[in-house]
Amino acid sequence: MPPGVIATMVALLGAAIITILGARFAVDGDFAAHMWIFTAGFVAGIVWLMRRYASGAPADDRETYANDVVRAGVIASMFWGLAGFLVGVVIALQLAFPDLLYFPDLPFTNFGRLRPLHTSAVIFAFGGNVLIATSFYVVQRTSKARLFGGLLPWFVFWGYQLFIVVAATGYLMGVTQGREYAEPEWYADLWLTIVWVCYLLVFVGTLWKRKEPHIYVANWFYLAFIVTIALLHIVNNMAVPVSFLGVKSVSAFSGVQDALTQWWYGHNAVGFFLTAGFLAIMYYFVPKRAERPVYSYRLSIVHFWSLIFIYIWAGPHHLHYTALPEWAQTLGMTFSIMLWMPSWGGMINGLMTLSGAWDKLRTDPVLRMLVVSVAFYGMSTFEGPVMSVKAVNALSHYTDWTIGHVHSGALGWVGYVSFGAIYCLVPWLWKRERLYSLKLVEWHFWISTIGILFYITSMWISGIMQGLMWRAYNEFGFLSYSFVETVEAMHPYYIIRALGGALFLIGALIMVYNLWRTARGDLRAEAGNTPLVPAAAE
Amino acid sequence: MSKNREKDDVSGVETTGHEWDGIRELDNPLPRWWLYIFYATVVWSIGYWVVMPAWPLVNDYTRGVLGHSQRLDVDAAIASLKEGRSALGEKLAKATPQEIEADPELQQAALAWGRSAFGDNCATCHGGGGGGNVGYPNLNDDIWLWGGTLDDIRHTLKVGIRSTHPETRLSAMPAYGRDELLEPGQIRDLAEYVLNLSGKSTDAEAVARAAPLFVDNCAACHGEDGKGLREFGSPNLTDADWLYGGDKDTIIETITNARNGVMPTWEGRLDAPTINALAVYVHSLGGGE
Repeated sequence: MPPGVIATMVALLGAAIITILGARFAVDGDFAAHMWIFTAGFVAGIVWLMRRYASGAPADDRETYANDVVRAGVIASMFWGLAGFLVGVVIALQLAFPDLLYFPDLPFTNFGRLRPLHTSAVIFAFGGNVLIATSFYVVQRTSKARLFGGLLPWFVFWGYQLFIVVAATGYLMGVTQGREYAEPEWYADLWLTIVWVCYLLVFVGTLWKRKEPHIYVANWFYLAFIVTIALLHIVNNMAVPVSFLGVKSVSAFSGVQDALTQWWYGHNAVGFFLTAGFLAIMYYFVPKRAERPVYSYRLSIVHFWSLIFIYIWAGPHHLHYTALPEWAQTLGMTFSIMLWMPSWGGMINGLMTLSGAWDKLRTDPVLRMLVVSVAFYGMSTFEGPVMSVKAVNALSHYTDWTIGHVHSGALGWVGYVSFGAIYCLVPWLWKRERLYSLKLVEWHFWISTIGILFYITSMWISGIMQGLMWRAYNEFGFLSYSFVETVEAMHPYYIIRALGGALFLIGALIMVYNLWRTARGDLRAEAGNTPLVPAAAE
Repeated sequence: MSKNREKDDVSGVETTGHEWDGIRELDNPLPRWWLYIFYATVVWSIGYWVVMPAWPLVNDYTRGVLGHSQRLDVDAAIASLKEGRSALGEKLAKATPQEIEADPELQQAALAWGRSAFGDNCATCHGGGGGGNVGYPNLNDDIWLWGGTLDDIRHTLKVGIRSTHPETRLSAMPAYGRDELLEPGQIRDLAEYVLNLSGKSTDAEAVARAAPLFVDNCAACHGEDGKGLREFGSPNLTDADWLYGGDKDTIIETITNARNGVMPTWEGRLDAPTINALAVYVHSLGGGE
């Protein structure tokens, strides 16, 4: 067994002893439960290392590129994706039919706990794993270098899964610091900080030893995503634990400063996690799948730097017409407007890369998925600046329109670009000539697309109706509708939304089946099953 | 740029000469429309900063040439709303509900005022249209536990039912089962007796056994005939209308634990014109006496 592996096992053992002590002296049951989960994670890590290195180093350690960790990332992505989509459908049903899934004796089924479970599962568990897996794949190929750090990539992968489990169980137990998209408590945040710094080390280390003269554009975006998320995570989660042996902590911020910190974080989680990170995916997989050069190098430089510079200012648009000073609202709004073209630079580069290959959209549903994702990206990044305008926001804020906007980005852009990338990756990683079935990809594409359209159109209608009803006055200056009347009016759209979400979930299930058969090496007998997948350049 | 620049056959555009894992880059210029729209948004933003509050300074911020303030906007909007309502509000506060109903113009205003106030304050329990819920009376029908005239309704609004108001409408049905005033068997018999009042009993013997129990325990409030008494807010047990449900299990539950629902007092929380307007609105819902 290599000395590095033994050292890692000793470190894991030490960590396990610390968490056992944490569980033993915990001041509350939730903290004890979480310390036991950490312990189980560390012990599982030791067992995993023992098995993996039982008979010398595995073959993967000797290959040009580390592939096992990417394979694991792909599997984890689909697992958490299904979990996140399923919880999304459940809470959509809870909103449409409050009595249907209401169990007063089972507090973990409450909407208030399932909702952050859904958001974190899809953003951080699904999206995060897609980003880690694809970045590990892409940075190796575009740097012609194996991942830096020996076992470090594996630590990043497993450490991140452990964070997800701690976060998810925390939501279900009701452990939360009540910060949007950052609900996990201080000890989970500290753990994620360690994992994330290691992620940065792996990524930068791999770039450092690259054998290409230049750094590919996808890697700029990955690096911006990793660095900025670290910054956002640390600042937003600054807190003082009430006890170092308990779950509760008190934020370093209060009042409107707290609100602004949260939305500075929240909006840039969208900007740097869900935009920059997934643009990196787009910049590798679209040209790769279309077998065409990237449309414009200059555009990629200009839109990268303008996006990075402008995005970080846009957060205050979440707090229009609140206690936030008006000047801060102005800056949030104007920077959001200026963000429109920098965002669209990515769309142009994605779509125009297909010039000369548009015919492939008819025959290759994977490429179509990637292209449609870029189209949804363009739509969402136009809708966002529009909604940031105060006059529009006065109507749209706090309504379902926002939910529709988020999901056109989440399902259409993030979901589809991830699906497209994974459809490419699985045959490459499992060394298969092509996918098990492109027909099933077609089915996935159309079912999910109809689901997305149901989702976003119902939320547009519901949201705009809701906004108009809230602001409707009669001739005497009284509200025309009570709140409960607006809720009643939204009911049919909530049913359509749940249906849309269910279709999206069904599409993902079809995908998982297809990927599983692909990994097994099966090939479905179907017409037109001609080789479309370029072999991964090793 | 690199020495390896080559021409892309499909587009005829030069590449930058870089290649990563088979991916090349074309050397297309920035799309003009893209660049000009970007400039336009920057120019527009700078213009917006000039006219509106925008940049923080050490102890202040740039106020903008328009001197706009959204807080002053809100103050002005609220002041203008109050101003617009003040004449009407005075009239509604001074007039009795009967006078309001008699004056068609004032009545229309009161209904609008009341409908809005109902939606914000009452609909949570009584439903959007006042149709009620289990435990929360329907305000559209002719059944009024504490009276359905304009004055009755206004008084209920003011003092509430079993509320914290010193003059609250008050009555308390004992929890016969929980407090062990009656045996479970007696409660089952009484439930049959109550069912029999609306002709739904299937157990004549139980009804006969419960007759003296009803006289001793229930008649004081619900009346010997079970038709209820308004001074106690006690419901009529002989009709088909049930606040909590008229099946045997629910009646047993009611006798065992009692109900004693609560309506809050609105005096102090709502102003005089609003309470008057609500009385007129609720009276108009269909069941007013």
